[in-house]
Amino acid sequence: MMTLAGMDWHAIYFWLFALLTCGFALAVLFSANVVRMAFYLVLCLGASAGLFFLTGAEFVAAMQLMIYVGGTLVLLVFGVMLTAHSRFVSLRTPSGEWILALIAGSALLALLLSAALKVPDWVKANPDRAAISAADVEATTPIGMGFAGVRVDKLSQTDPQLLGGMSGYLLPFLIVSIHLLVVLIGAAYMARAKRRAAAVDEGAV
Amino acid sequence: MAPITVAHYLAVGAVMFVAGVLCMVTKRNALGVLMGVELVLNGANINFVAFGSKLLRAESLGLDGQFIALFVIVLAAGEAAVALAIALNFYNNHTTIDVDRADDLKG
Repeated sequence: MMTLAGMDWHAIYFWLFALLTCGFALAVLFSANVVRMAFYLVLCLGASAGLFFLTGAEFVAAMQLMIYVGGTLVLLVFGVMLTAHSRFVSLRTPSGEWILALIAGSALLALLLSAALKVPDWVKANPDRAAISAADVEATTPIGMGFAGVRVDKLSQTDPQLLGGMSGYLLPFLIVSIHLLVVLIGAAYMARAKRRAAAVDEGAV
Repeated sequence: MAPITVAHYLAVGAVMFVAGVLCMVTKRNALGVLMGVELVLNGANINFVAFGSKLLRAESLGLDGQFIALFVIVLAAGEAAVALAIALNFYNNHTTIDVDRADDLKG
């Protein structure tokens, strides 16, 4: 008898989120309306956060929901709203370009899928999957320590040569922080309204 | 039901990547191109997280996969902000968002 507890819930949820992710990714591709594309993209990235939860990367999944779905996509939706002139809401692509793109895209997909399925180590399920509990993959504290420069998850590594490559991520973290600050200031500077220049142009015409 | 392996996640990542690349090449709306970039980055992120998962492989990438995924998310946020600023500037200067009309540099 198949009980609820005996079912492979990881597989069931994986297929659910995988279908949602792929389906909405293809919906983004095949939708001509830019407002609908933005909405499908929100659902696609939300479903892929579900996949991150399933791999045990809860912190990354939470960041995906907060930064990507909550921040980046809101920015994109603002862009859509600011440029949503009725002429540009659905720009059609010529069907000749579609055919070429679909041929090249299916060739690329076939290549990637065959590469993913050919490595024996990747198609083999983890033999001691049942022995790993949710507490074993809990990673929020090690991630925080890693960003502060200490890799508490690799303390058992004794080989000094390998240990050199396992230092923390303090410097990349600082670089990416400064980078984000500079980028956001630059973006705000570039996107500011230039009313005076536009008025001069119109006056000249 | 067959157990879920890394290859399953790689397949999802591949579909997302290809959808994103096709979005970039076929969309005429500059914001559609930007959405394609987001799909590509997220497809790569699924691969990183799957390779780093201890649940899927005994000898996994470990936490490094999650670190790289976090850096990708942050850099994607910065990229989206700059690309959006460029798209808005283009819209202000040309009163169109159609990338086929961006041919000022054509000789």
